Amino acid sequence: MTDISTPASTTPSTPLRGLLTHEPSVVTAGVGLLADALRAQAAQVTEVDWRPPMAGTEADLARVMNDPRREAANAKAVSRLMSAGAELVDVRPAHECLGIEKGTFFHAGPPMDWEQASGPMRGALIGAMLYEGMADTPQQAETALASMGDTGGITLEPCHHHDTVGPMAGVVSPSMWMFELKDPVHGGTAYCSLNEGLGKVLRYGAYGAEVIDRLHWMSRVLGPLLQQAVRAHGPVDVKAIIAQMLQMGDEGHNRNRAGSLMALRDLLPSLITVDAPSSDIAEVVRFAGANEHFFLNLGMPASKLATDAARDIPGSTMVVAMARNGTDFGIQTSGTGDQWFTGPADTPVGLFLGNYGPEDANPDIGDSAIMETAGIGGFAMAAAPAIVRFVGGDVPLALRTTRTMYEITLGEHPAFQIPILEFRGTPTGIDVTRVVRTGILPQINTGMAGAVAGTGQVGAGLVNPPEQCFPAALAALAKAMPDGL
Amino acid sequence: MTDLVEVRRGSYYDSVSLMQVSKAVRDVPGISAALVAMATDLNTDLLAGMGFTVNEAVGPNDMLVAFRGEHQAAIEAGRSALDDTLAALKAAGTAAGGFGDAPPPRTLGTAAARSGANLALISVPGANAFVEAMDAVTSGVSVVLFSDNVSVKQEIALKDAALAGDVLVMGPDCGTAVVAGVALGFANLVRPGSVGLVAATGTGAQQVMCLLDIAGVGMSHCLGVGGRDLSSAVGGRSTRQSLAALAADPSTESLFVVSKPPADDVLSAVQSYAATLGKPVHWAILGAGRPDLTAAVEAALATTPDGIPAWPQWLAEPPTEMSSEPKAKRTNGFLRGLFCGGTLADEAMIIASDQLGPIWSNIPLSPELALGPELRSDTHLVIDFGDDRLTRGRPHPMIDPSLRLERIAVEGDDPTCAVLLLDLVLGFGSHADPAEDLAAAIASARKAAAAGGRELPVVVSLIGVENDPQVLSRCARTLQAGGASVFVSNAQAARHALSLLAALSAQEETPDD
Repeated sequence: MTDISTPASTTPSTPLRGLLTHEPSVVTAGVGLLADALRAQAAQVTEVDWRPPMAGTEADLARVMNDPRREAANAKAVSRLMSAGAELVDVRPAHECLGIEKGTFFHAGPPMDWEQASGPMRGALIGAMLYEGMADTPQQAETALASMGDTGGITLEPCHHHDTVGPMAGVVSPSMWMFELKDPVHGGTAYCSLNEGLGKVLRYGAYGAEVIDRLHWMSRVLGPLLQQAVRAHGPVDVKAIIAQMLQMGDEGHNRNRAGSLMALRDLLPSLITVDAPSSDIAEVVRFAGANEHFFLNLGMPASKLATDAARDIPGSTMVVAMARNGTDFGIQTSGTGDQWFTGPADTPVGLFLGNYGPEDANPDIGDSAIMETAGIGGFAMAAAPAIVRFVGGDVPLALRTTRTMYEITLGEHPAFQIPILEFRGTPTGIDVTRVVRTGILPQINTGMAGAVAGTGQVGAGLVNPPEQCFPAALAALAKAMPDGL
Repeated sequence: MTDLVEVRRGSYYDSVSLMQVSKAVRDVPGISAALVAMATDLNTDLLAGMGFTVNEAVGPNDMLVAFRGEHQAAIEAGRSALDDTLAALKAAGTAAGGFGDAPPPRTLGTAAARSGANLALISVPGANAFVEAMDAVTSGVSVVLFSDNVSVKQEIALKDAALAGDVLVMGPDCGTAVVAGVALGFANLVRPGSVGLVAATGTGAQQVMCLLDIAGVGMSHCLGVGGRDLSSAVGGRSTRQSLAALAADPSTESLFVVSKPPADDVLSAVQSYAATLGKPVHWAILGAGRPDLTAAVEAALATTPDGIPAWPQWLAEPPTEMSSEPKAKRTNGFLRGLFCGGTLADEAMIIASDQLGPIWSNIPLSPELALGPELRSDTHLVIDFGDDRLTRGRPHPMIDPSLRLERIAVEGDDPTCAVLLLDLVLGFGSHADPAEDLAAAIASARKAAAAGGRELPVVVSLIGVENDPQVLSRCARTLQAGGASVFVSNAQAARHALSLLAALSAQEETPDD
C-alpha cells in the first residue's frame, strides 16, 4: 500500500504568486517620477491616471474598501445580475397582475408627492386620471391630485417598489396593460406598461384627447391581442433579443430599432392567428412595427429582473437601481436594501425636436436608467455609434464612453457583446466605490420631456446622475458594516 | 415673415443627423423656425404644428426642408447653412480618423486587470493610499506602498488581506525594494547575486546592499516591509511572508534581515521562524547594545572566501599650516547630524550617544529628547529631513535637498556647531547629481565658520555603489574637494565625527601658549 495522503504544504511551491521568479510588470499610481524610473530600467509599466476621490469620501472609502465581505459580495451580485434570464410570459391589466387599485398610481423614480412632481410627471398623472375616468377635465384632475394629501383617495408609489419599471413619467394606473416578464434562473417577476410610440404620449407628460384615445385603444385592442399572441407563442426570450440587438446597432435605451423588429417577428405568427378582427390585428402590427421603441418596454423589465436578482447582498457596493422622477435622481445599492440616495436630476444635453430648445426640457426623468444599471444603454454606446450624434459627438466618443464605463463596473456581460470591441462584454454592475474613487459618473442615454405639463417629447440626449448620490450611498454602506469591521 | 418649404427627394439622412442640421439652420440670425426632417407621419404632424404647409404628397424617404425667416436674406443664409451642414455630414464619414485609444485606467484594480501586472507601486497621498493598496491586494497584485501617513490599523488590514491572497505588502512608507532585478523607489544598482534582503528600513537596506556590493557580494531581491513591520502591533507579518518567499526562491542562497529598532518579542519570534527555513539568515538589527549595520555586514562577510574588505574612505585634506592668516581655532561645541535617511540617523545617534550622552532629535531615541518644531537646540542634535512631518507637501530630501542645504548654511554660522555629520544616498530615485550642490554647501559653511574664527570639520556617509547613475567615487571626490571626509560606512562616518569631536575637546583642555 502506498500512502498517498501526503500532507499538503502550507506554503505553495512558488509563494507570492511567483513574484520573485517572474519578470515584474508594474502598475503605478501617484508620483510620475517613480514610473519614469521604472521605464528607465526598461521594466513593464502601466500608469494609473490617478486623481483624488470625490470630496470628503476618504474615510468612508477606506472603511468600505476594508469590508472583508465586499469582494465576494460584489462577485455574487454581478454574477446574479449577469446570469439572470428574462422571458415575456404574459400581458395583463395592471389591476390583475399588480393588484393596483383605482386611485393608486405608480410613477418613475424615487418616492415623491404632487408638490415635488415636475411638469411631465404632473401631465402624465393628469392623463392617467382622465384615462381612468377619475376626472372629466384636466383641471378637475389637477385639483384632485393637488389635494391628494388632504382628502385621501389618491396614492403615489414608485414603480420600483412594485416589481415595475416605467419609461419617462412611468405612470401606471389599474386599467393599463402590462408586459409580465419572469426570470427563469432566479425566479423574479417584473412588469412594464406597453409603449405608446413617440411624440405626444402620456409618458412624456402629454394628456390631450389623442393621448387618452390611444391609451383606450391600447387597453381595448393592443393589450388583449398581445396577450393572446404571447400565450399562444409561449415565453419569448427577451434576453436573447437584447444580445442580438446589440450586434445590430441598438444600445437598448435610445435606440431599439432592431429589438423592436425582432420582438415583432417573434410574435407575428401567433399574432396573426389570434381571435380578433383582421383589421385590429393589422392595426396592432402597424402600431408595433411603426414604433421604434416598442422593445424598450421589454428591455426595461428584463433589466429590472437582472438588477433585482442582485439585491440585498450584505456588503455589496453594486448599484441595483438608478431612477428619476423628473425632480430627483435616485440610486439604490445591493448592500443597502430599499434605501434611496437622491439628488436633483440634471437636464440632458442633446438635440431637440422641431422648435424646442434647452429651455423647454424637463430635468432627467424615468426608470429607463435601469438599462445602464444592467450594463446596456449608455454603457453599450459603442454598439450603437449612430446615437452619438445626439450630442454632436463622433464615433470615437461612442467607443470612449463604453470603454470608460469599464472603469466603474464590476464585470463584463457574457451575453451582451460589442462587435467593434472584439465582442467584449458590456461593462456591467456599477460599483459605488469606483464611481466615488474615479469621479466617473455613469453615462445614461435618454429622451427629453417638455418641462410644461402636456407638452410631450422635446428631444433626446445624454445625461449623468448627480454626483452626490454616490458619496451618500457610500456613507450608508460604511454605516451598514457590522461593528468591529 | 417668409416661409420656405422644400421637398428633397432621394436624400436620406438618419433622424439624429437631421436634428443636428435643423439646429444649425435655427441658429442662423433671422431664422425663427426650422425643421429639416424625413417626411414621416410624426414629422409631417410636427411641421403642421409649426404652421408650415406642404403642398405635395410626401413619404418617409423624402426630406422636408422648412424654415421661416424674418426676410429673404435670412432664408438664403438658412439655405446656405443647410447645405454646409449636409456637406459636413458627408465629409465627416470620409475624414474619420479611426477609433482612438482606450482611455487610461483610473484605478489600481482596472489597471491591473488590463495589464496583467503582478506588482503595484503606490505613491498617492496617505489618505488615499489604503484604498488603492487594498484594490491591488484584492486584485491579486503585490504592493510596494511608497506612501506614508497610513495608519497602523490600515497597515494590519492590508497585510492580513495580502496573506490571505498570497501577495506581499511592502510598506507603508517603503522607500526601497528590488524585485527580480527591478528597483522600485530608492535603490542602488548593486550586482546581482544570491543574498536576499528583507528590510524594515529603506536607507538601512541601501547601506547593507551597498556594503555587500563593495565587498563583491550580490543581491537577489530586496523586499521592503515598512519601518513598523517588526513592531508589536504589526508583528512581522510581511517579514515572515518575505522570509518564506526568499527561502523558496531558487536564486536566493542566504537571507539578510535589516531593521530599525524592533519590538524584542516580535524579533525573537521572527528569528525562531527564520531558523526553520533551511537557509542561513543574517541579522542587521539596529538598537542599543546591538552591532551596527556595518558590523552586521562584516559578520556575514567573515565566512565568505574574500572576507571583509577595507571600506573605502576619502579623508579631507588637513588644514594647511602654511596660511599666513591666524590659525582658525576649533571651538567648544556640539555634534550636528543632518540626515536624509532615517535609519542612518538612528544608527548615528545610537553610536554617538554611547560617547556623548543625550542627543536631541526630531526622531529621538527616547521621547524626552524630542526637538521642537523649530528644530533648534544648543546641544548635540540629529535631524532626519526625511521624516513624515518634514516631507508633507514636499518631495523627499533625497530628491529635493533644499531644506537640508539651508540648514547646513545655518550650522556654518552657528558657533555651537563643532562637527557636521551628513549622509548622502545615491542610486535610482535619488537626485541625479546631488554631490555638486552638497559639496558647495559644505565648502561655503566651512568658509562661513572660518570667517567666524572656527574650523568646521564635515563628515559624510555616502551610500552608493560605482554602478549607480551618480557614480560613487565621483561623488566622493566632489565632496572631498568641498572639504568633507567621506565614508561608505555610515557607522565609520559617525565614529570619525566622534573622534574629531573628541580631538577638539582634548585641544580645548590644552592650555593656550
